[in-house]
Amino acid sequence: MILARVSGTVVSSRKAEKMEGLRLLLLEKIDPISMKGKNEFVVAMDGVGAGLGEIVFYVSGSGARMAETTLGLPTDATVTAIVDVIEQNGNISYQK
Amino acid sequence: MVLGKIAGTITSSVNGTDIPGGRYLLINKCDQQGQIKNDFLIALDLVSAGIDEMVMVSQSTAARETPTTQNKAIDAVIVGIVDTIDENEKVVYKK
Repeated sequence: MILARVSGTVVSSRKAEKMEGLRLLLLEKIDPISMKGKNEFVVAMDGVGAGLGEIVFYVSGSGARMAETTLGLPTDATVTAIVDVIEQNGNISYQK
Repeated sequence: MVLGKIAGTITSSVNGTDIPGGRYLLINKCDQQGQIKNDFLIALDLVSAGIDEMVMVSQSTAARETPTTQNKAIDAVIVGIVDTIDENEKVVYKK
């Protein structure tokens, strides 16, 4: 899974039928040391109701279709968790 | 598999993967000598790896080939803790 920050949402009115119903999030991959964005973006299905600015991680590839909310959907990236705490070398480097 | 060092732990109360008690670790990819590359990923820990240990991480569909992760939304799992690596008959990493 990859660490990312929710930087926006993607709205698409004309899309594949099975893409209906789930929010599409714009995610920016982040570097866990600096917690800064890496200017690499991906569109992911929102499996957990993540909000703008929240730190999440997402699963990619076929795993993205295994979340309860995305079973059988044509997605290759799904947000599966909202991060509360990142702890590195004994100290907390991120707290929600 | 890729090699990596355990760089930290990730705690998330909202988690749609429903692996009760799943321990998610921050992995810093490294080379066979243990030099970190500052290229990170998150993996589910299956072997109770500790901070700074070198581990092997299996990714993509293979990550779901364990009883804990079967049919779960997981794309990276720690499948082993490295004790030693030898290269060209020379030990290049020792736990």
